[in-house]
Amino acid sequence: MTLTPSPEHYLVLAGILFSIGLFGILLRRNILIILLCLELMFNAANLVLVTASSVHGQMDGQIVAFFVIVIAAVEVTIGLAIAVLLFKEKNTVDTEKITSLKG
Amino acid sequence: METFFFWLTSTISVVSAASILFVARPTRALLALLLSMLCLTVLYTLLHAYFVAIVHLIVYAGAVLVLFLFVIMLQGLGATTLSITKRFNRTHLILTVLAGGVFAGLLTAIFSQAHLPIFKNPEGTVENLGRILFSNYLLPFEMISVLVLLGIFAAMTLAKNEKAAA
Repeated sequence: MTLTPSPEHYLVLAGILFSIGLFGILLRRNILIILLCLELMFNAANLVLVTASSVHGQMDGQIVAFFVIVIAAVEVTIGLAIAVLLFKEKNTVDTEKITSLKG
Repeated sequence: METFFFWLTSTISVVSAASILFVARPTRALLALLLSMLCLTVLYTLLHAYFVAIVHLIVYAGAVLVLFLFVIMLQGLGATTLSITKRFNRTHLILTVLAGGVFAGLLTAIFSQAHLPIFKNPEGTVENLGRILFSNYLLPFEMISVLVLLGIFAAMTLAKNEKAAA
């Protein structure tokens, strides 16, 4: 393995970031940090898309990455709105204390 | 130069991403994620994806994370929860093993295939991207705009319901 960045380096970096995000979603119990980790996973997927675009010499991967960024922005708007409502209703952001399905 | 920047930014981004897992305050987690995203912007630039790098910087670091910051400030100290090390139990151990298994699977998938070719590096300028975006990807682009509109409606409805309940 050389030090010069190759596609594998970028893919491994994306794998590390994705796993950290997954780890955070599974283990953290703060709903805001769960959303942050979700963003981290989106970013890792984007890095793979851009790397693939560079490897194949085509722009399609970058366009899909652009779409992912837009969709993530929409997702985070709705997710945060729900998080704010949940906090006002239950006065906590701990998912272990938010147990009832009925509002 | 490229090698230096790659190792510098990838190290910073992994370390700051890992620190998200261990901090108790969401504000610090958010700043760590911001640092990680700035590093990713550098990496996109190294991959010659200039447009994606700038959009990433503006939309993520500029808009999404500031939105997060507003929400965290609204919730104040109520948003703080116990850090991960203080509540570690057996379920967490199982989940850790699960996440580690996913990581091992990813690494195997990356290294099991034949050696990837070296970079061809298409120039990700606005001109090149726009040409494809408005020809081959015109329909997805229009559908994205409908999705954004629906997102606005959803956020507005949620905010309104909250006012009616209070």
